[in-house]
Amino acid sequence: MSAYDTFINNSPALIVAIPLLFAFATPLISKLGGKLRNTWALLGVLVPSLIMFVLAFEVLKEGGMDTRFYLFGADSGNRFPLVGGHILRIAFAVDGMAVFMGVLISVVALSSVIYSMAYVKRYTGLDKYFTLLLLVLAANYGMVLTGDIFNLFVWFEISSISLSALTAFKANRGESFEGAAKYLMYSTVAGLLLLVAIGLLYGQYGHLNIKFLSSAIGGNTSMMMVDKIALGLMVTVFALKAGSVPMHMATPDAYGEAPAPITAMFVTASQAGLYAVFRTGFTLYGSNLTVTGETLHILGYILVVLGILSMFVGVTMALVQKDIKRLMAYHAISQTGYMLLGVGVGLAVLDTAQFAEYGRTAMTGGIFHIFNHALYKGLLFLTAGAIIYRTGTKDLNKMGGLGRDMKLTALFFIIGALAIAGIPPMNGFASKLLIYESVFKFNPIVGAIAMLVSLLTLASFVKVFYSVFMGPRRSEFKGGEVPATMLIGMAILGGVILVFSIFPSLVVTSLVDPAVNALTHIEGETTRSLTLFTGSGSWNTLVFLGAIFVAGIIALFLFMMGNKGTVPKGEGKKPYLFGNPTEIDGRPIVVPASNVYWGFTTALSKYYKPTEKAHSALFNDYMFWFVATAALLISIFAFLEVLT
Amino acid sequence: MLYELPFFIVAIMVAIGLYITLFKRNLIKVALGISLMETGVNLFLITLAYRHGDRLSAPVFTSQILGGADPTYSLPTPHALTLTSIVIGVATTALLLSFVMQLYKKFGITTTDEMRRLK
Amino acid sequence: MKQMSPVVRTITKIAFGPIFIFGAYIILHGHLTPGGGFQGGALIASVLALYLVAFGAEKWKKKLLSTIESAGLISFVSAGFLGLTAGYFFFNFLAGSDIPIFNQTVPSMEGFSHPNWAPLFSSGTVSVMNLSVGLEVVAGITLVIVAMGLFSFADKEVE
Repeated sequence: MSAYDTFINNSPALIVAIPLLFAFATPLISKLGGKLRNTWALLGVLVPSLIMFVLAFEVLKEGGMDTRFYLFGADSGNRFPLVGGHILRIAFAVDGMAVFMGVLISVVALSSVIYSMAYVKRYTGLDKYFTLLLLVLAANYGMVLTGDIFNLFVWFEISSISLSALTAFKANRGESFEGAAKYLMYSTVAGLLLLVAIGLLYGQYGHLNIKFLSSAIGGNTSMMMVDKIALGLMVTVFALKAGSVPMHMATPDAYGEAPAPITAMFVTASQAGLYAVFRTGFTLYGSNLTVTGETLHILGYILVVLGILSMFVGVTMALVQKDIKRLMAYHAISQTGYMLLGVGVGLAVLDTAQFAEYGRTAMTGGIFHIFNHALYKGLLFLTAGAIIYRTGTKDLNKMGGLGRDMKLTALFFIIGALAIAGIPPMNGFASKLLIYESVFKFNPIVGAIAMLVSLLTLASFVKVFYSVFMGPRRSEFKGGEVPATMLIGMAILGGVILVFSIFPSLVVTSLVDPAVNALTHIEGETTRSLTLFTGSGSWNTLVFLGAIFVAGIIALFLFMMGNKGTVPKGEGKKPYLFGNPTEIDGRPIVVPASNVYWGFTTALSKYYKPTEKAHSALFNDYMFWFVATAALLISIFAFLEVLT
Repeated sequence: MLYELPFFIVAIMVAIGLYITLFKRNLIKVALGISLMETGVNLFLITLAYRHGDRLSAPVFTSQILGGADPTYSLPTPHALTLTSIVIGVATTALLLSFVMQLYKKFGITTTDEMRRLK
Repeated sequence: MKQMSPVVRTITKIAFGPIFIFGAYIILHGHLTPGGGFQGGALIASVLALYLVAFGAEKWKKKLLSTIESAGLISFVSAGFLGLTAGYFFFNFLAGSDIPIFNQTVPSMEGFSHPNWAPLFSSGTVSVMNLSVGLEVVAGITLVIVAMGLFSFADKEVE
């Protein structure tokens, strides 16, 4: 075996172990100086990212459907050393979906660590910051690469503890401890119930390896009660990590209080939790569909319902927020709903005739949306961090007029906002188009709700753009554009978004299709054209941009033919405001951010009053929603056959 | 029935732990409730380890093999799982108590009713 | 933080010896009897916590503890990386190899009446990892408790 083959065979372990080694060495290295520590942290993110890209290339070359196994401490040639029918070692299982998530985590982590070099410079205790950042990275990689459910639990807990410690990083603000404590308590209780589920499965079958467990579950004649209870618990816990309603309430607290690059890492951790939901559904319980098929269809419908709730509650609660990062956190919850919806539709029609018709497209849309979401949400949080860095406040009512000095930040914000709202030609539109068209065939009302949520997303980002960037320049915000490393971090994400926007079909065929193949074990057709075919339509960004370009040429031509002599002078130069006053005591009037949508929220007050009361910020209420959802899901799985 | 008794104890402990986090307001009580749940889940994992006369991977004999009629075996894997869970519990409890101390120092917060500043 | 009475301080100094040795015994015999890195480390950390309660939180050498913790962690992961030289990550490259201390193997079991007989250094990298985890846990838990002690006896900001 050549050196390259040995390297590839050992790469899953290296990807997880190198950030760990760099994290453990950071306190010692940072005694030698700040620049060395920053370089060390950057290396600690860059090296495993490069190894991840090489591994992804290797796995995707073969189509992504077969799984490479890596055994810790023994030969890893796709064999398991069995002793009396049991595996004795921890295994990592890498397939198309795992490398998809790994590439996503690498890109966002790279931009986050480059961004944080300038962002946290004003704080002390930076060695602990970078140590915990590298630990979060190792934990995220571990969650997506592992093939052993107890190992998944361990990485889940490391990720929760490190992220909650980082949430409390800004220790001068007391509220960060509240966000961190709530997130930690919520994640710990969730982790304990996950451990109960893992214990149940281990006690019944005696395996901890996902491949062996799934064949043991599929080997029964019908699903046992233990399997169903474990499925209900695991889905609830991983959906909590992903931030789906009704277990979403700790998410805005934590996202809002963490420093901005850490919120980008939070996004990757939530996507890893979503990946775990899909792993449980498709791989752990999906090896023998004659036994588990009914339960998987029920699970698909449950994911669709959770997705719709997340989309709607997320975006409507986002419209009334005053804090910029809490607003974006509610949007993260809403976009998670899209992913749950897409993959839930695919799961609900798995193994039926409709799967080939629209199920596969829905899954492609949902999984493509995971990558797009991580990119544009990461970018938006980084721009929010730049705004907070410059203004020192998070309150939208107090900001204004930043667009004149922070032009690059405004540009990145526009890219992110257009992408999240699903406006063509951005990548958000490509994945949302796949979801709209396939979900519409599943159920037209659900498709209409998805489109409505996109509209409300756009509305809320228009509000943020108006409050932050437009309006008159305020005297208290000085300093101009943010430092260069922060701009480089944002530019990495912005650049990848633009590449994904212009070539969505190439991304789908090379990254997303192998992931869908790996999850469903059904080979799909791959066409390397520049047009994305959705099954009932098609989308080609270059044609769209070309049409806009041609329209622009025509508009310019018509403009040139107009009257050349008209130049506005005097009163004609000022914008026309219908006679409304523009100044009070010399200060210009701006509509504060809380009042921009007062009409909408007052008209819907029948919906808003109970919903805002339900978001009571009381920790016991958070636990109530979690326990109620877990009980409901377990009862649905366990007793549905008895009732129907 | 005697062999299934620890599972009932586990159910009671986890139920009491969940009850405390659902209904008690004092932050120290909530932290203790989480700790109680952790102990319950650890007991559950350890109880899974003891079998008798079953197909096993690398058993540890708990009574002498020579002459024992129906010996009870102990699997080693759940011991490792429990140990990992105890370590995670230690880290979580330490961090949680530090957060509670900081909240008290900054705002004088001792109950979840007062910990509602983030709306 | 005020120190406690002379009785407490003297008993703590006396109790340090046996508890420390017991903890070290548990760490070293981790591959033979129940125990291992974390358990022994937690024991030694508990006697250091006793020192904290008896003597106060001021005079602890936090930088030394932090360095010991990092050293323990780095040696743990390095044991894994060094396994790569013999083929696989975390491969037990010390057992049965030529390195002097750790390469003893367990002899065959015929004729023995004790089921768990094995030499002290017989498990290769497992002993190395036990020692590093023990070192790390001692330093880590002590740091946590010292930080809590320093913090809780500082001046309160709230009336």
